[in-house]
Amino acid sequence: MSKQKPSTLKRILHYVGKYPLSLFGSLLLAIVSVAATLCVPVFFGDAIDCIVEYGVQWEELTKIFIKTAAIVGIAAIAQWLMSLCNNRISCNVVRDIRHDAFEKLGALPLSYIDTHAHGETLSRIVADADQFSDGLLMGFTQFFTGVMTILGTIAFMLVTNVKIGLVVVFVTPVSLFVARFVATHTHKFFKEQTKTRGQQTAFVEEAITGLKTTKAFSQEKANEDKFNEINDRLQKSSLNAVFYSSLVNPSTRFINNLVYALVALIGAFDVVGGVFTVGGLTKFLSYANQYTKPFNEISGVVTELKGAFTCAARIFELIDETEEVSDAGNIELGKAQGNVALENVSFSYTPDKRLIEDLSLVVTPGQRVAIVGKTGAGKSTLINLLMRFYDVNGGAIKVEGKDVRELTRKSLRENYGMVLQETWLKSGTVRENLKLGKPDCTDEEMIAAAKATRAHGFIMRMEKGYDTVLSESGGDLSEGQKQLLCIARIMLALPSMLILDEATSSIDTRTERKISEAFDKLMEGRTSFVVAHRLSTIVHSDLILVMEAGRVVEQGTHMQLLQKGGAYAALHRGQFE
Amino acid sequence: MKKILTYFKPYKWQSLLGPLFKLLEATFELLVPFIVGLIVDKGLGERVNGGYPYADKPFIVWMCVVLALFGLFGLVFAVIAQYFAAKTATGVSAGVRKDLFRKIQSLSYKDIDQVGASTLLTRMTSDVDQMQSGINLFLRLFLRSPFIVFGAMAVACIISPDSFGVFAVTIVVLAIVVYAVMFACMPLYKKTQAKLDKVVLSARENLTGARVLRAFCQEEEEREIFQTRNEELTKGRKFVGGVATITNPLTYVLINFAIIWLLWVGALKVDVGDLSQGSVLALYNLMGQILIELIKLANLIVTVTKAAACAGRIETVLTRQPTILLKERENTLLENASGDMIVFDKVSARYNEGAENALTELSFTLKRGETLGVIGGTGSGKTTLVNLIPHFYDVTEGKIFVAGRDVCEADYQEELRLKVGIVPQKALLFKGTIRENLLWGKADATDEELMQAARLAQAEEVILDKGGLDATVEQGGKNFSGGQKQRLTIARALTRNPEILILDDSASALDYATDAALRKAIRGLNTTVVIVSQRASAVRDADKILVLDEGAAVGMGTHEQLMNSCEVYREIYFSQYDESKENNSAEGGAAV
Repeated sequence: MSKQKPSTLKRILHYVGKYPLSLFGSLLLAIVSVAATLCVPVFFGDAIDCIVEYGVQWEELTKIFIKTAAIVGIAAIAQWLMSLCNNRISCNVVRDIRHDAFEKLGALPLSYIDTHAHGETLSRIVADADQFSDGLLMGFTQFFTGVMTILGTIAFMLVTNVKIGLVVVFVTPVSLFVARFVATHTHKFFKEQTKTRGQQTAFVEEAITGLKTTKAFSQEKANEDKFNEINDRLQKSSLNAVFYSSLVNPSTRFINNLVYALVALIGAFDVVGGVFTVGGLTKFLSYANQYTKPFNEISGVVTELKGAFTCAARIFELIDETEEVSDAGNIELGKAQGNVALENVSFSYTPDKRLIEDLSLVVTPGQRVAIVGKTGAGKSTLINLLMRFYDVNGGAIKVEGKDVRELTRKSLRENYGMVLQETWLKSGTVRENLKLGKPDCTDEEMIAAAKATRAHGFIMRMEKGYDTVLSESGGDLSEGQKQLLCIARIMLALPSMLILDEATSSIDTRTERKISEAFDKLMEGRTSFVVAHRLSTIVHSDLILVMEAGRVVEQGTHMQLLQKGGAYAALHRGQFE
Repeated sequence: MKKILTYFKPYKWQSLLGPLFKLLEATFELLVPFIVGLIVDKGLGERVNGGYPYADKPFIVWMCVVLALFGLFGLVFAVIAQYFAAKTATGVSAGVRKDLFRKIQSLSYKDIDQVGASTLLTRMTSDVDQMQSGINLFLRLFLRSPFIVFGAMAVACIISPDSFGVFAVTIVVLAIVVYAVMFACMPLYKKTQAKLDKVVLSARENLTGARVLRAFCQEEEEREIFQTRNEELTKGRKFVGGVATITNPLTYVLINFAIIWLLWVGALKVDVGDLSQGSVLALYNLMGQILIELIKLANLIVTVTKAAACAGRIETVLTRQPTILLKERENTLLENASGDMIVFDKVSARYNEGAENALTELSFTLKRGETLGVIGGTGSGKTTLVNLIPHFYDVTEGKIFVAGRDVCEADYQEELRLKVGIVPQKALLFKGTIRENLLWGKADATDEELMQAARLAQAEEVILDKGGLDATVEQGGKNFSGGQKQRLTIARALTRNPEILILDDSASALDYATDAALRKAIRGLNTTVVIVSQRASAVRDADKILVLDEGAAVGMGTHEQLMNSCEVYREIYFSQYDESKENNSAEGGAAV
């Protein structure tokens, strides 16, 4: 991680640089507020010099007080405006980073999403971004003003008393050194903490998603044990990170207290020597104090920033993931006729485990292609390839004679309508879900589609009909109901090609039969790929592919394959006992 | 906040000692201006003609050594304090997370449907993290700050009793400002955290629904939704941040005006000789210390207020009562009827008030060892029915007895769940190994038992294919196909050797041959079985078949009886087996 540090910093600066006005304002206001703040002790020192036993110089004192009031006002206003600028910067920067991270989610290849724990990714977008934001805000509010206060103070001290000034300047690096020492040693604890937290989020995400199953098996206890194990580790690593990082402050404060004592000592002797007034000593001491404060803060900020950087690095890691091959410069497919060809396609998810090998197939417009085979034979994989969720390793898939890799994904996918066995609905109303594929359709069209798929009935029985809000991932709808909604969604979108992967597996056969007419009409003239277990539903297909272990072992029509008496015939016998 | 406070109990000592050591450290800090005053008044001595002829140099050196020593004590005490604070903060958070997780796991099915996963996730993670930093800072500084403030006032009073008024007024005004800002910000922070929930929801959906969203080319729209939510969150944060930032400049102005006032009052005293210049200097330094402390405090208020808002959100989950009815054991007559395994007595159920019944007035009895087939259309209430047997949901009316006892009895829940092996519609596996997943059914099962269950579930081949029981399962079982997952979830239920086996349409992704083999294997088991299916073939051989239509029983009996008497059953049957020719490629076969 430390190797990447400069680049992480550079990138953060890049994000911050998008708000030059606020940044400039923040710097300018910091200078103003620091300058004003530094003046105040000078004035008060002068004031104290006016307060002499039996001889207070009232006139002078009044003048000084008026001046002070004015400068305090300026300092306060500058401080406030500066905070507003900083707030704006940190909020905006985090928004932008979150935004980029989210954009990334949309551009990541599915293989990333399939193989990475969702909770882990979420933790980066949520927790890490938040911690980064906090660190950044703190950095901005305290870092600049801190540095400027230090510089201003040193300048003042050197001007008024070179000797004390030099002492301060030479002792100070010790405190910086201490801060640095602690910060570098804390870094690894922070990293450990962030990592463990990521693991915990991933575990919790899975546990919450599978909560119903967990309860069904009374596994709450076992899950709790696993959780507690991670939780204990997190507690330990948090303790380390929190404690060691909090050491910075007291240790720098200690150094600064030494500085304070030294200033008092030398200052007092200078007063005796006549170089100094008591008021002058006051100024010096409050400077020594003011000077230590930003040191404490800066050292605090340094650890906070370390944490923030670790978090930022994790977000950037996500943002840097290799994207799906870009569509830039690729051709738009337009409305496809339905010519699909697979030429010597080979594919595997992991290099060491071959799946599809040398698969060739030509499909003409309007053909119905059924894919049958045992589970794990590669049927769903074929669909992943058709939709270009994954790219082939060898050979090519062509639509309308064009290699799909030369087409934009959007134009390719727009031509497909897909219903999967694993339904997915977004949180939102029924209406929003149905109109997903065709946002501009009328309510009449939508209701017609819902009626054709026999979904209208149960939709109307829901609390608010089409405006019922479905909770996350469909809430209390049954799998079958969800599938009906997914089918209605496709009926509305009317794409030129269809992919139906066990699209009716959760729908009862009676309903299935009732919507079959609508389905037949939908498939008329459309190239369609159908994966099904119920052979009765595919007997009319123009082409049936029988897959086994990634290969097409038989292809032909229902009658041809039955007569052949091979794998298909065996499957068929199995179903009709 | 009461509930959260109980988590401090195991850290009583740490949470007391932390601030205590912090106070010790602060005490030494408070003494610093006092010493400086001494240096000026005693060390320098009388001022004569602008010089200090009576200056006591050894005294000055001594006092400066004392200052340095105070610094050292401060360091030691501070380190101890930080340790206790860190220990308490991380310990309390770990405790809260632990209970939160347990609580979430105790939520009923209905709660899970209602609350939603995203918000539970933010509460477990982001909210607890924020609370932790809040506690840590609170222990370190929230007590220290008032102590320094009041301590400074006390020391000031010793130096000059007349300064009391100035200090008192200043402190009261400052307290009002600080609390006003806190109270204004608290609800705002709660609101922004709710907005964060929305952002999480967006991000989460784009992970879980990646396939569908991409298939529908919804990337653009989703981006817009996320942007809106992100923007909302940012706006909220900017606003609350803007409000919070006012504290700092305001306290700065107040303190400096107080110093002017203080010096004025001091000057009046010095003018008549009631006070020394050194004392004024000390008073001024004390006020300065208050300022520094308050500026620190103002910076922390943001963190602490946020933490309090987050703690509030956590507490709503911790105090949420699972909405499931539990009652005392009753001595019901049915206890004697030992042969009855499952009894439904006029059961009606609905998911929400005002919603339609998912099940209406359902009654049936299933004897030990019998097989019940449940068949019906999509949304006819089949899943609702099976979820009622292990008491996952409450009935709205009527009663359910399993093995003679009411499923609502409080001391029956554990035993009831152990009796039932359920295979849910949605096959879900968990990260780990195949073995770990199967052991869910029975924690102490031997490999032989596991493989036996797998054989029955037709999953042996899956396990061997993946490389044995120790093969890894990725999160959500992503590295298994739908059919493989289903077979493994069936095996998981069978390892328990349950008295009641419930298969909730759990063979939908299996091919017919496997399905048939599975049913044959289960028939040989001699347990009570409830099979929910849409395939007539799956329920055909059941002792009893229950036909559901829109939540009501429209038929009950054997296959032969229903073929004669039940129109709906006939329709279902003929949608799968053609009316004219029972054996093959028929005209009536539905598409897809």
